[in-house]
Amino acid sequence: MPWSTVELMSNLMNWTWFHKLGSPKWFYEISGRWLPWLIAAAALLMVSGLVWGLVFAPPERYQGDSYRIIYIHVPAAFLAQACYLTMALAGAVGLIWKMKIADVALQQAAPVGAWLCFIALVTGAIWGKPTWGTYWVWDARLTSMLILLFLYFGVIALGQAISNRDSAAKACAVLSLVGAVNIPIIQKSVEWWSTLHQPATFKITGKASMSAEMWLPLLLSVLGFYCLFIVLVLMRMRLEVLKRESRSAWAKAEVGKLVGARP
Amino acid sequence: MSFASLSDFIAMGGHGVYVWSAYGITLGVLGLNIAMPILAKRRYLQDEARRLRRESNS
Repeated sequence: MPWSTVELMSNLMNWTWFHKLGSPKWFYEISGRWLPWLIAAAALLMVSGLVWGLVFAPPERYQGDSYRIIYIHVPAAFLAQACYLTMALAGAVGLIWKMKIADVALQQAAPVGAWLCFIALVTGAIWGKPTWGTYWVWDARLTSMLILLFLYFGVIALGQAISNRDSAAKACAVLSLVGAVNIPIIQKSVEWWSTLHQPATFKITGKASMSAEMWLPLLLSVLGFYCLFIVLVLMRMRLEVLKRESRSAWAKAEVGKLVGARP
Repeated sequence: MSFASLSDFIAMGGHGVYVWSAYGITLGVLGLNIAMPILAKRRYLQDEARRLRRESNS
């Protein structure tokens, strides 16, 4: 192999940028700079999406006004699944590159994802009553979402039960990766099995099955929930990083600054 | 605007109970999720402040 190729490869495999990403101090600084913007975006998108959906969007032809639950149900269900995929990805990064920040992300995202899954299940049940005449049926979509909630509980319990940090990180990463099999099952459940649940509102290919004045507020709401999810996970991660790094000079300085600012 | 009056808006075409309970639970859970990390951070900083004072006294 020519020398320049070897040099290029070693530069790529050096991956300093990637390890900088994994540095707790760097993460703390950059996330602190992003947070105000993310909070503003989350508030703006959620308020506009929900007010538009609740007040201005037209009623649905068959369901009347009860369909307005869609503006919280779909974003919560979408984020509950996106969160689990993010955790699986973080788990893979943590297992392969031993990146500590990946484990922080995984374990701090889990409770947020569990609460979003809870919202999706509860709002779905409430919506089911006027639409299907029942709060709950044991069909594929609902059952696979319930399994997702239990997977979240599993990750949270594993993280808390194992006192050795490296073993806990490894166990949570493996469970996140294995449990990710459930996500395509949730996605395809309405196609594979006969179900009461309606198929996806948005598809990446093809037209949306709603009019624009109905799906535009839904899109805003989904984006708003997405920003709020990132805000919540970053807030939790920043505190966890501060705790884990409490022996390092930068974390001591930061805590000193935060403590000094509040008498 | 999709509603003629405020009472129409609250009634949600007879589905008010379902719509408002769903929105109430969602906003409650989201509020809890916002409050928890803020309170946890405050608690941690209070503990750290106490520890720093103890260490500077001794």
